[in-house]
Amino acid sequence: MSTQTSFVTPVAPLKPYASTAGAAVSSLSRREARERPRAIASPKDFRTEPGPVRFVIVALAVSFLTIFVVLPLVVVFASALSKGFGAYFAALAEPEALSAIRLTLMVAAISVGLNLLFGVIAAWAIAKFDFPGKTFLVTLIDLPFSVSPVISGLVFVLLFGAQGYWGTWLQAHNIHILFAVPGIALATIFVTFPFVARSLIPLMQEQGTQEEEAAISLGASGLQTFFRVTLPNIKWGLLYGVLLCNARAMGEFGAVSVVSGHIRGETNTMPLLVEILYNEYQFVASFAIASLLAMLALITLVVKTVLERRLDDEGQIPRNDSSDH
Amino acid sequence: MTIEVKNIVKKFSAFAALDNVDLKVGKGELLALLGPSGSGKTTLLRIIAGLDWPDAGEVRIDGEDALGHGASERHVGFVFQHYALFRHMTVFENVAFGLRVQPRAVRKDEAAIRARVKELLDLVQLDWLANRYPSQLSGGQRQRIALARALAIEPRILLLDEPFGALDAKVRKELRQWLRSLHSEIHVTSIFVTHDQEEALEVANRVVVMDKGRIEQIGTPGDVYDNPATAFVHGFIGESIVLPVEVSGGSVRLGGRPLNIAADGAASGASKLFVRRHDMQIGPAGTGSLEGAVRHVRSFGPIQRAEIALMGGEGKTVIEIDAPRDRELQAGEIISLQPRRYRIFAVQD
Amino acid sequence: MGTAVARRTSLPGFGLTMGLTLTWLSVIILIPLAGLFLKTLELSPAQFWEILTSRRTLNALRISFGLSFAAACVNLVMGTIIVWALVRYRFPGRRIFDAIVDIPFALPTAVAGVALTQLFAQKGWLGAPLAELGIKVAFTPIGIFIAMVFIGIPFVVRTVQPVLIDLDPEIEEAAASLGANRWHTVFRVILPSLIPALLTGFALAFARAVGEYGSVIFIAGNLPNVSEIAPLLIVIRLSEFRYADATAIAVIMLLASFVIILAVNRLQRWAQIRIPAH
Repeated sequence: MSTQTSFVTPVAPLKPYASTAGAAVSSLSRREARERPRAIASPKDFRTEPGPVRFVIVALAVSFLTIFVVLPLVVVFASALSKGFGAYFAALAEPEALSAIRLTLMVAAISVGLNLLFGVIAAWAIAKFDFPGKTFLVTLIDLPFSVSPVISGLVFVLLFGAQGYWGTWLQAHNIHILFAVPGIALATIFVTFPFVARSLIPLMQEQGTQEEEAAISLGASGLQTFFRVTLPNIKWGLLYGVLLCNARAMGEFGAVSVVSGHIRGETNTMPLLVEILYNEYQFVASFAIASLLAMLALITLVVKTVLERRLDDEGQIPRNDSSDH
Repeated sequence: MTIEVKNIVKKFSAFAALDNVDLKVGKGELLALLGPSGSGKTTLLRIIAGLDWPDAGEVRIDGEDALGHGASERHVGFVFQHYALFRHMTVFENVAFGLRVQPRAVRKDEAAIRARVKELLDLVQLDWLANRYPSQLSGGQRQRIALARALAIEPRILLLDEPFGALDAKVRKELRQWLRSLHSEIHVTSIFVTHDQEEALEVANRVVVMDKGRIEQIGTPGDVYDNPATAFVHGFIGESIVLPVEVSGGSVRLGGRPLNIAADGAASGASKLFVRRHDMQIGPAGTGSLEGAVRHVRSFGPIQRAEIALMGGEGKTVIEIDAPRDRELQAGEIISLQPRRYRIFAVQD
Repeated sequence: MGTAVARRTSLPGFGLTMGLTLTWLSVIILIPLAGLFLKTLELSPAQFWEILTSRRTLNALRISFGLSFAAACVNLVMGTIIVWALVRYRFPGRRIFDAIVDIPFALPTAVAGVALTQLFAQKGWLGAPLAELGIKVAFTPIGIFIAMVFIGIPFVVRTVQPVLIDLDPEIEEAAASLGANRWHTVFRVILPSLIPALLTGFALAFARAVGEYGSVIFIAGNLPNVSEIAPLLIVIRLSEFRYADATAIAVIMLLASFVIILAVNRLQRWAQIRIPAH
């Protein structure tokens, strides 16, 4: 280690050499064990690459992430504040902006609330019982993840639009779904459908049914079992699902764009307003709204990291599966 | 409280986990369900508890039909193999759970619940752990808390699924004695499941030996050890020497050579001779029905364990016997063996 | 079989929760998607074919699928490099960069769209120096490609990362003890065992890019036949009330994503066979 002064140090991703270190590590949680640099490899170690190769790989990774991820994020805040804080806050205080924020919050509350309820119900049915076709059902629940947002909006236009299946009937009864809040909410529920169920199912399957069976055998009713035994065990996973669901609900653009009708001050959510203002060359205003959404994303990431650590500590490792997003 | 199980059938797809099982358990008994994994013993226990339902049959607890009631209505204490303690509750809250979820009309007040939990923690000698969480306990402590929790609801019967299965050997021995003395103290009709014969023989007052979804034998520990009813029981309990023999008209032959033992009423045909390791009488060559060469001897404690290559017959049959150390055997020595006690069972196909 | 013996499970609520799940799933997902397919059935095969083979549709599909494929390839290579750096090395800021990988997931697509456009516009921070080199990114197919690379990064990284972390260290030790040098160990032992995860990440990134709308349309330029992606063409057809056209394109894209899900499922199963859980 004393001779190792290079900028990039390799981590042997291996069992520690020294058996004493092994004993120490094994008593730590997986994450800690992972994070802890164990045996630092000597330059000739067969388990790592030569110094220059290491440097090039890290340089490539860091510059790629900086250009493609960090810079776009910085641009949002820089552009939002390019005319100073006064212009920034003025843009956010516009009635149009306020109404978009209100609508976004409302739609998110509706869709997160409903998906929370049904996500928990679906996870109970799927994780706690065995039945044929379970894998297929999970695939169906996952479906919205693989449907283009535009198509997620389109399906509701085909149902409720003027030329849609039920369009004429709805018009005759003066019910507004498309180009109104119900349509926006439906499209948002569609795209956020899997989040809660997906973060609960693996967790609940791993926890098994023993604690629930114990509660039942001790005389608890179904609801008592759920609220006193199951819910406390899944609370972090549930929060995790709600967090991701909420982030997507507030940020959804494609699906909402198709069903909203872009009625100013009425059916524009925050992402839609970003688009409209940008197309009208009102860059400060557009990026001001965008900066709120970017902050939401950053907060979501921070809370998500905290939750993942918590789940990890409790041995409830959430699926870090990219299709969750 | 009595338990009566009649003609229970339980299938998992094509596989019969329980095949027409009948069982009666008397008041205050401590019964062991003993069998290898897959023998259906845990399934039977879960059916009695109401955690599983049979495809056919009857379960009566105290003469009353139990299948019409769910697990939460049966008042059956169940101790899970991996304890299933509620990980987010303290030991105290775990034990109190069953009391807290009772319908308001019959629920005890807080003071009474506390007193009862205290009493149970005293009973299992763990009152000093009341405020710990399950993750802070050792395996043996979790086991006793799980038992206290099951007893909190004043169960009519107590069911334990592999109660010592997840513990290491030393703790297991201690807990066995403890469970037996606890049972004689509280005297609740109890059934426990185990795959460990020593555990079943040592703790239970009656043992039910199961295999492939059927009950092979029910009896006292002495019965099942000394008078095994079937070949399976003889092979499963205690260490046995098994030799393929041919029974015809009252005589027994091994590899064509007649053995100097009675057929004991065994039917003619291909059979198996079962002899306990310590039931082989050793004599000088030419005096018994079996002859063999000593290949290897290990002596420990009061016995010597010898590997004997039997002579005659088509193949080289090697058996292990346990003999007292009054006459030390030597490798290479030719000796004669005579079964003192034995059983002959027809080969089933 | 006695009638008193009902088929029951130990935990309550299966019927109720399963019923609610199926109802909710049908109302939100299945009926709307079925509506889409029913709408397509109103078209005759000839009409369907005509829509799909019109120059503009073909070009939009070609642009969407072609650029998505290219972007997924870049993500595959860069994703592997990023995972390697994050898992195998320690460098200043590693944990921050690890967290940053998730930003394309978390950032609303419209925000990503306007930010990338601003960044790569001719007067933007990156657009200006590139313009001096004669490279125009914003409002060209290159812009679409850039946006697709952006949204695809996390897929490869997050799919491969856990597999590399959990890779049994003994296989590297075994390779070394058999005389393999580092180069051989990496390319013949480690990378091959990551192949299922790499392909899964690739497929997920590809699928996401094909369907992507928000991050792409701002930077795309949206010139028919040149820089118009298929999802945008659906939106345009809808705004022209040409529902049939929109539906036909949507069905083709949907079928493509079903094929990709199927491929991903197969890959996952393959991965489980190749690398059994410890």
